[in-house]
Amino acid sequence: MSKPDYDGPILEIENLSISFFTRLREIPAVMDFSCTVQPGEAMGLVGESGCGKSTVALAVMRDLGKNGRIVGGTIKFKGRDLTTMSEEELREIRGSEIAMIYQEPMASLNPAMKIGQQLMEVPMIHEGVSKEEAYDRALEVVTDVRLPDPERILKSYPHQLSGGQQQRIVIAMALMSKPALLILDEPTTALDVTVEAAVVDLVKDLGKKYGTSMLFISHNLGLVLEVCNRLCVMYSGEAVETGSIKDVFDKMQHPYTQALFRSIPLPGADKNARPLVAIPGNFPLPHERPNGCNFGPRCDYFQAGRCDAGDIPMFPVEGHDRHDTRCLKVAEIDWNAPLVAAKTTEKAPIGDVVLKMDDLRKYYEVSANALFGGSTKVVKANETLSFEAHEGETLAIVGESGCGKSTFAKVLMGLETATSGQILLHNHEIQSTPIQERSTETVSSVQMVFQNPFDTLNPSMTVGRQIIRALEIFGQGNSDEERHERMLELLDLVKLPRAFAERMPRQLSGGQKQRVGIARAFAGGAKIVVADEPVSALDVSVQAAVTDLLMEIQRENRTTLLFISHDLSIVRYLSDRVMVMYLGHVVELGSTDQVFAPPYHPYTEALLSAVPIADTHVEKKRIVLEGDIPSAMNPPPGCPFQTRCRWKSKVPGGLCEKEVPPFRTLAAGHQVKCHLSDEELASMEPVIKIAAE
Amino acid sequence: MLPFLLKRISTMILTALCLTFVVFYLTNLPPNLEKLAKSEAGSRITDDEVASWLERNGYASPMILRYGEWLGVVPGWTTADADGTVVAGRCIEKGQDPATAARFCGILQGDWGVSSVFKDDVSKIIGVRLTLTGILMFWVMVTMVPVSLLIGILAGMREGSRLDRSLSTFSISTAATPEYVSGVILIAIFASSITGLKWFKGSAASAMDGITFENFFLPVLTIALYGVGQVARMTRASMAEVMTAQYIRTARLKGVSFANVVIKHALRNALIAPFTVIMLLFPWLLNGVVIVETLFSYKGFGWTLVSAAGNNDIELLLGCSVVAVFVVLITQLISDIGYVFLNPRIRIS
Repeated sequence: MSKPDYDGPILEIENLSISFFTRLREIPAVMDFSCTVQPGEAMGLVGESGCGKSTVALAVMRDLGKNGRIVGGTIKFKGRDLTTMSEEELREIRGSEIAMIYQEPMASLNPAMKIGQQLMEVPMIHEGVSKEEAYDRALEVVTDVRLPDPERILKSYPHQLSGGQQQRIVIAMALMSKPALLILDEPTTALDVTVEAAVVDLVKDLGKKYGTSMLFISHNLGLVLEVCNRLCVMYSGEAVETGSIKDVFDKMQHPYTQALFRSIPLPGADKNARPLVAIPGNFPLPHERPNGCNFGPRCDYFQAGRCDAGDIPMFPVEGHDRHDTRCLKVAEIDWNAPLVAAKTTEKAPIGDVVLKMDDLRKYYEVSANALFGGSTKVVKANETLSFEAHEGETLAIVGESGCGKSTFAKVLMGLETATSGQILLHNHEIQSTPIQERSTETVSSVQMVFQNPFDTLNPSMTVGRQIIRALEIFGQGNSDEERHERMLELLDLVKLPRAFAERMPRQLSGGQKQRVGIARAFAGGAKIVVADEPVSALDVSVQAAVTDLLMEIQRENRTTLLFISHDLSIVRYLSDRVMVMYLGHVVELGSTDQVFAPPYHPYTEALLSAVPIADTHVEKKRIVLEGDIPSAMNPPPGCPFQTRCRWKSKVPGGLCEKEVPPFRTLAAGHQVKCHLSDEELASMEPVIKIAAE
Repeated sequence: MLPFLLKRISTMILTALCLTFVVFYLTNLPPNLEKLAKSEAGSRITDDEVASWLERNGYASPMILRYGEWLGVVPGWTTADADGTVVAGRCIEKGQDPATAARFCGILQGDWGVSSVFKDDVSKIIGVRLTLTGILMFWVMVTMVPVSLLIGILAGMREGSRLDRSLSTFSISTAATPEYVSGVILIAIFASSITGLKWFKGSAASAMDGITFENFFLPVLTIALYGVGQVARMTRASMAEVMTAQYIRTARLKGVSFANVVIKHALRNALIAPFTVIMLLFPWLLNGVVIVETLFSYKGFGWTLVSAAGNNDIELLLGCSVVAVFVVLITQLISDIGYVFLNPRIRIS
C-alpha cells in the first residue's frame, strides 16, 4: 500500500470532546481539546493521572472501548477526519501510519507468541510482503533499536527478555511500518532510570532517523523537556496551556503549570530553606468538576464571580509562538513575581546513632527452575552492608530494581533474618529475630511506610479502625476510649480531617491513603521509619504535600527516616545522607552534597545523568549505560558494576574483573567502593550544571 | 524434564498407595466380611461359623497384613491341617498342588483376585468393562471438547454481546442439569412413545456388540451436555479475560483484523485454563458413567462398579478403585505436562 504524500500538519485535533457513558450518567473525560502536530515534531502531553491524556491518545487511535465516545470535535490525520472513518479504513491506518508504544511492555506483548512473529505480522498485514521479507525487516528494526543478538531475540518469547529489552521490542514493533505518527503513552514509567534514559535516547534518535512525529504522553516534566519540541499541559480533561517547551517552561502563563513546577523538586530546592509548595486540595472527580475554571478551587489567583462564571476558552499569549493558555487573568498576573517564601524551618540537629548495620549479608537460595526443581542457586541480595543511622536523620537509600534495597528493608523489619552480620537497634542485636519473636517495643519502634497506598490498607475496615488496630498491637493506650482519642490525634498529625476515621479506604484519594499509612506507621511512636518509595505512586502535586508531612513529623518526633527511592531529585531535596546501592553492594555513601558532587562513584555518575530534570537551565552530561542490570543470581566477577562502567579502562591490570573494590574513604563520611585512583576520581566533572541566566 | 517426571510419578505411587488402603480398609470392615462369609457359606450360619470361615479363608489376620497380601508384598496366607501340610492358601488355586504355588500373589504379581459374583478373574472383568467405557468416553470427548471450546470462544470474544448472552444461557442450563435429569428427559423426548419420535434407542445394551448412531447417541449426548456447560463457561471466562489484555489491544492497534486477533493472538492464551478443566473431566467422566451406564444399561466400568458395590464383591470393588485412582493420577500428570507445553512462560523460565 502506498502512503499518500501530504505536507500539512500530521495531526490536527480540534475542539475534541470525549465522554464515557455509564448507566448512571455521562462522564466527560476530555473537553474542548485542541492541538496540532507538525511533521517531525514531538508534542508532549503532560498532566496528572485522570487528566485525560491517555484518553486523547486512545481517541486518536479510535480505540475508546464500548463506553467511550467522541461527542464533539474532529481529529484530522493528514487531513482525513479519523472520527468518521469506518473500521476498515481505521485498520489500514493503525499500525502502518499511526503506531503506539505502551506503558507496560510486558503486558503489551503476547506471552504465547514469539517476538519475531509479533514483529513480522505488521508488514505482512499492511504491505502484504512475504514471510522472508518481513523477517529481514524485523531483523533490521531490531538491530535499529540496539538490541544485541537480534536473531536470537526474534526467536524468543517476551518473558525471556528484560523490561528494557521488551520496551525496545515494543518500539521496534511500532516502527516496523515506518509510521508518520508515533503515540507514546508513558513509555518509560515501568522502567528503571538508567534504562529509561537509554530508551528515551533511542526514541529521540529513531524519531530523527525516520522523521516520525510523536505524541509523547507523560507525567514527568523532565522527560518531556528531553524529548519534545512542544508541550500541552492538561488538567482535569482540559488543555490548560500549550506552547513550545521554552515558552512553557520559562514563561508559563497558567497558574496550574506554575504550581506544578513549584511542587517538583528541582536542583536548588531545599527542605529547610526553599521547601516545595504543594498544590492545596485535591484533583476534582470527573463528575464533580466546578463551574468555569477547573483549577479554580485550588488556584491562588482565584477570583469568585469571574473565574467560576462560565466556560473559559483558550487565549493566545501575545508575542509567543503558538502559545495558548486557558486563564482569564493571564494579563493581570505577574508571572515573574518571586515565590512568596513559604515557611522556612531550621535544620533539625542530628543526634546519636540509633541504628547500626555491620557487615550485613542476606543470601537467598532459590531453585534454578520453578517447576522442575533442580539445583539451587544462591542470590546474594545484600553484600557487606555497613552503615550507621542517627536520630532525626534522613538517610536515603538509592538504587534501581534488584539492587537489594527492599531486601534490606525486609531484614531490618524482621520479615527476613540476616544470613550474617549485625543489626544493632539501640545496641540490641535484632538481625536474627524474626518479627513474630520481636518485642512489641521493637516492632513499634521500627515501622514502614509502603510504596503503594492502594494495596496496603484493608479495603473492608474503616480508616479509624485500622489505626486503632495498630495501636492495639503496639500496646498503646489503656482503654478503647484512650486509643480512640489517640487515633484522632494521629489523624491530626497527618493533617486529615477527624471525620475521615469513619471512612472506608476506597473513599480516599491516593495521597490521603498514604497519609493513613503514615499515621499507622507512627502509631506506636516509631523511632525508625523505613519509607519504601512512599510517594512514587502518587501524583506530582500530591507528592510534595506527603513529603513535607513526612519531614514535619520527623522534625517533631526526631525520627530516623530511611528513605528508599529511585528518584534522585526527591532524594537530593530531603535527605541528609545518601547511600547508593547496586546489585546488593553499597557503592557510595556520604552526605547529600558529597554524593551529588564529584568525585562520584561511576554508577552514581550514570544515575545522576539519567534522571530527567524539568529545568531548561540545567545542562546535563549524557552518560548512557549499555546493557541491563546483571541478574543477582549470576553477578559478574569482581566489581558488580564493571559490566557497564565507562571508567573501567582507566583501572590498570583488569583489576575490576578480578576483585571487589575495597570501601575507600575519600573525605570525612564519604566512602566509595571503586578501584579508580585518586587522580582519576579527582578528574571527574560534575554531571549537572546550572547554566547562568 | 526427567527429574520432574520421576518426582511426579513417585508422589503418584504414594497417593495411589494411600487411596487404595483407604478403600481396602472400608471394604474390609467386619460387617462387610460377615456379609461375605454368609453369602459364601450360607446365610443361616452362626457367629462362630462365620469366625471360623473367615479364619479359614485368611480374613482373620490383621488388616495391614492383608493389605500387604493383596498388594503382593507380603506372602499370601496359608492354612495347614493338623499335621502341618498346607492345604489351602491365598495363592493356591483349587486343585493345585500347594508346593507349586507362588508365595506372593497380589496386584503387583498381576493377580487381582476373583470376583465373588461373576466367578471370574477381576482383571479380566475390568479389562472388558474398561474397554467398553473407554469407547463411550472417547465419543463423549470427541463431541464435548470441540463443541464446548467453540461455544466458549464465541461467547467470550465479545463479552456482553447478544451471542454471548444466548450461548452463556445455554451453557449455564446444561451445566446445571445433572445427567440423571437430562438422561431421563432425552429418553422421554427422543426414545419414548410420549412424543412418538423414537429417533434413538433408550437402551445402549446393543452397543456393546456393535455401535450405531442410533443406540449410542443418547448416552454420549447425556454425558457430553453436562461437560459442555462446564468447559464452555470456563473457556468463556478465560477468553473474555484474554480479550481485555493489553496485548490484544496492541494487536488491534497494529491493524490486525478481528478474526485474526481472536485466532492468532487470543486463542492460545485462552486455552490454557480450559485445558486443565478438560483433563479434570476424565475422572469426573469415570464417575459420571456410573449413572449413565446404569440408565442406558450399558455394561461398562460404571455399571460394574455399581454392581460390585451392591453385591459386596470386595475384590472387584478394590480392582475398580485401583483403576479409578490411576486414571485420576495419570490424567493429572498429562494435564501438568500439557500445561507446560501450552504456556511458554512455564516451559523455559
